[in-house]
Amino acid sequence: MSVTNIISSTPSIENGYCSFELGSFSFHRDEYFAHISWVVNGRGMSHTISADVFLRALMRDVAWGFFYGRVNFDNVFGTTNHYGQVDMFAGSYNGDLKAKNLDLLETFDTPLIMATFKTMLDDWTNESFDPFAAPDETTQGWIGKKSGSNLAAINRERQVCQRQPGLPGDVALRVDEDGYPQNRAFADVSEDEPEVYIEPGFESEVGAFNLFAFLSRSNVTWNPSITSICKESLFCPTTEEYILPIAHGNDRCEWFFQMSDQIDWKVENDETGQPRAKVVMKAGDIAAMPADCRHTGYSPKRSMLLVWENANPELPKLYADGKLPVNPIQF
Amino acid sequence: MSEFKTVFGSLENYEKGHIEIIDDDPKAYAFSNIFEVANQSAPYEKVVVGKNLKYVIETLRAEGDSDWYTCAHDEFVVCMDGEIEVHLVKLNNSASYTPENKEGSVKLESDPEGPKMGRIILRHGHQALLPKGSAYRFSNRKKPGVLIMQTICGDHSVEKWAEICYS
Ligand SMILES: [Fe+2]
Repeated sequence: MSVTNIISSTPSIENGYCSFELGSFSFHRDEYFAHISWVVNGRGMSHTISADVFLRALMRDVAWGFFYGRVNFDNVFGTTNHYGQVDMFAGSYNGDLKAKNLDLLETFDTPLIMATFKTMLDDWTNESFDPFAAPDETTQGWIGKKSGSNLAAINRERQVCQRQPGLPGDVALRVDEDGYPQNRAFADVSEDEPEVYIEPGFESEVGAFNLFAFLSRSNVTWNPSITSICKESLFCPTTEEYILPIAHGNDRCEWFFQMSDQIDWKVENDETGQPRAKVVMKAGDIAAMPADCRHTGYSPKRSMLLVWENANPELPKLYADGKLPVNPIQF
Repeated sequence: MSEFKTVFGSLENYEKGHIEIIDDDPKAYAFSNIFEVANQSAPYEKVVVGKNLKYVIETLRAEGDSDWYTCAHDEFVVCMDGEIEVHLVKLNNSASYTPENKEGSVKLESDPEGPKMGRIILRHGHQALLPKGSAYRFSNRKKPGVLIMQTICGDHSVEKWAEICYS
């Protein structure tokens, strides 16, 4: 599919960054901020996001292929995945902007918006800044004029197993040599492996591994891998530190199982952003995120979170049509 | 020595979180704690703690020997506490226990017939595949442990949300 119609400017003489356009939206970066502009009802609107916040959110949107449902970069700007097409919006799910008809939502074929976002991410990410890392693990190199690029960081692919990591031909277990040292915040996590005794002939089916050790070697934050698959049920564990760079408005129910430490979830109404609740999850806690919320996690220490998704492609329509309850359990 | 302390829970030592409601119903979150659930469970009772339509996460208190089970699809367990042995047998005629489209774990009425596939000893944080068409049994002769299982709601899944959830 052709994605040659990425619209970008030449690098700014002042700071070296390119500007971009997609539909009626334009994107511009300066030394501290990303600026998003749009025109609605003849009025020029703009929204400003700290460049590090914008790049961390953009990184997740790109890496997750626009994810399930809505990815709010903040309370104004974001995307909604329709799996083949993607809405990009400003203000459409902000109660106040929406009420004043100052919002704009446009829909793009996925390859075009993906190519535009990837080009912008590449151009706006400086060499010493890793948008996947916790703030403590990267630099403030996002500040200032354009300074190199960090393709190695932004082109990491999320690890998706076929059946289970470590089985023959499947995702390899994480080791130093492959660029997966144990993270500083998980240096106390035991790396003993399970004892596995396999009868001859069953090597492809009998397998076990240390999931916590695997996670302790994750080199990214807020970026789920897939470590087991039961039909459409996906276990997507991830390691979390600092703030989830987006507010996720899923198009289905999802579940969180807090495997270590603690995450506080800010939960809001997904249509308006109005506050609903704060859900404080500690090690061993499991909870659902209703299909009509948006949620942002705050992890004071790097923690292990199992995100549990139902990948059934029919779910978004069933929820949107009100054919499934937004709360997964009635009791 | 690490400057960070990673906190895991256990049957004997866990702290449950909470919900601060602003404009909501706490039941929307079906919030429970697997160690609290396992503390109130019978050995190997398959208590559903997460349910996304037909898919479930079950919490099992691993104490003594379990019955033998089989399943027509892959299932997975993660050991969250204790030391738990998994015995695997390739069923000679797995279709006679579970039709291809049968979902969830199926208890065997008698010991499985077929060759041994292997044996796994799981400790904290270890995950094992329970491959489709095999029979499996858990064993723990030491202090009680906890498993979580990824599977589909089946004949032996136990739902008692009102008892386990924050409300
Ligand atoms: Fe989410």
